[in-house]
Amino acid sequence: MPERTVTIASTHGLHARPASLFVQAVTKSGLSVQLTKGEKTLNAASILGVISLGIEHGDEVTLKTEGDNADAVLDELSGLLTTDFDAS
Amino acid sequence: MTDTSTGTSTTLQGVGIGRGLAVGTILRMPDPLPEPADVTSSLTADAEKVRAAGALAAAAADIRLRGDRAGGSAKDVLDAQAFMAEDPTLKSDVDARIETGKTAERAVFEAFAAFRDLLVSMGGYMGERATDLDDVSQRVVAHLQSVAAPGVPTPDYPFVLVARDLAPADTALLDLDRVLALITSDGGPTSHTAILAREKSIVAVVGARGALALSDGETVIVDASTGVVTVAPTADQMAAVEQTLADRAAAPEVAVGPGALADGTKIPLLANLGSADGAANALELGAEGVGLFRTEFLFLDAEKAPTVEEQQVKYTALLTAFEGKKVVVRALDAGADKPLHFLNDEPEENPALGLRGLRALRANEPILRDQLTALANADRATNAEVWVMAPMVSTVEETRYFTTLARELGLKTAGVMVEVPASALLADRILADADFASIGTNDLTQYTLAADRLLGSVASFQDPWHPAVLRLVGEVGKAGAALGKPVGICGEAAADPLLAVVLVGLGATSLSMSPAALKDVRAELARFTLDQAKEFAELALSANSAVEARVAVLAAATPITTSQKLEKSE
Repeated sequence: MPERTVTIASTHGLHARPASLFVQAVTKSGLSVQLTKGEKTLNAASILGVISLGIEHGDEVTLKTEGDNADAVLDELSGLLTTDFDAS
Repeated sequence: MTDTSTGTSTTLQGVGIGRGLAVGTILRMPDPLPEPADVTSSLTADAEKVRAAGALAAAAADIRLRGDRAGGSAKDVLDAQAFMAEDPTLKSDVDARIETGKTAERAVFEAFAAFRDLLVSMGGYMGERATDLDDVSQRVVAHLQSVAAPGVPTPDYPFVLVARDLAPADTALLDLDRVLALITSDGGPTSHTAILAREKSIVAVVGARGALALSDGETVIVDASTGVVTVAPTADQMAAVEQTLADRAAAPEVAVGPGALADGTKIPLLANLGSADGAANALELGAEGVGLFRTEFLFLDAEKAPTVEEQQVKYTALLTAFEGKKVVVRALDAGADKPLHFLNDEPEENPALGLRGLRALRANEPILRDQLTALANADRATNAEVWVMAPMVSTVEETRYFTTLARELGLKTAGVMVEVPASALLADRILADADFASIGTNDLTQYTLAADRLLGSVASFQDPWHPAVLRLVGEVGKAGAALGKPVGICGEAAADPLLAVVLVGLGATSLSMSPAALKDVRAELARFTLDQAKEFAELALSANSAVEARVAVLAAATPITTSQKLEKSE
């Protein structure tokens, strides 16, 4: 199963707007994506799950999915996680 | 719709914010929904699951639509809320609860509550999202029960909003273009609603008892200058209002310029700011500087205090915007309504009387030193006139502590905020050490009347027109005049145009307020001389209550007010 491990760039971690943009992208991809931080793995389309992981700036997370386009989707999602949305 | 051509009108009395006048039909803020009962469903589990799915989808669509309409930062918050309603993990939890025989309402309520408890247990930012979850939960349950969704109404037509009081989350979503006026039954002139109304120049009457008895669709006249809400106005009253509104629209705008009394006495008008972002707007509205720069924004949401360098960047941005002008910066004011965990993590029975303001800074002196150092560095790098002041100073000894430290770290002008009656009473001693005093009327009123600013049930005590508060302001004014030290006002009181004149009569030498209030205060000051202001101050001081003081000064200041015109026409 293709996967990517990335470091969170947003200054305030994966909360609020960055979390919402990420979940939106996951939903749009139509694939079932897993998000892992430490020992916890959950459905990346769940904003409550994503928020409750308490992902902070600098944390490493792993994304996994399979299906058509899996690599392209993972590239797009990794791109979102490594963009600092709190810098403006 | 009420027939306005016949019958008699009734009135409600509250505290007006500003001087605006509006007429419109009422929409009430719906009451929160009760918790759904935990009873066994009479439907099959599958039928309940379909109901839940439908309501979750409808709530999400509804929230997204509101977000598109609101735009800006409200859209981000609402988009996140829509995803919460569509959350697959939450839906699984709801379904699992329905499988045990619960109704869709109860299952939705419990599933959201479980996530909320999880977020609250994480604390900090996550904890604050708990209110978002509550809001979404209520909206989904409202869809299931086919009742009006709680929260601010969002109709497509202009309306007068009636509420018990508004929470920050409500006002963030309020469509200000459609709100003609705000009426609250609770909350005083320093409530969140009042502050919002002042900032956005919305006509508002707060603390109007009986307002909750008003019904949707009733016509009201809201007159902030008198605090009177006229329900079901007569045709004559309506005509008088239309005339007044037309007169006001036709009146020439007072030119933006320095604040001054009719006799030429200069009263600099300054802005209260919470970040450098508002600087351009404040200058455009004619602010002659900043009378209160709140620095809490640098520290809120922070696990630890920002570094000297981080702070210096923010202060430099502000000071650059106000080149050549005065900027009064308040040292970090934490505690009571805005706790900061790294300053004081001890739970207190009475936080307003606890380790807050300068007391908390003193207990964490490195944080205070860093802030003053950052400010002194920014001062050297820019050309604004920087004054610094300590929040909530209650003794002469604290004054000495702060002014000595500020000067030692390179700041030239160091003063104190007078918010505690003790420092107002000893202002002559305090001003011997401090370079200036700035009176925070919100806290001064809270401490003088012993009434918690944040407690709706005692909001009626929270009125800066109270003669006891004014007498304390007068003490500070006298001390300032005797020692030749400036005395500013930076509480909400300065934004009340008529009260602003009274405060000048009591010895205030500058006034600082939300930038939106500058225009009305500037116009009001220009109507009276210093002697008249002193005369108004005497009238207010000799009254027995806040209401009497306001009525007496209003009568002396305005030979024919809008309310009198209305009474004549009845």
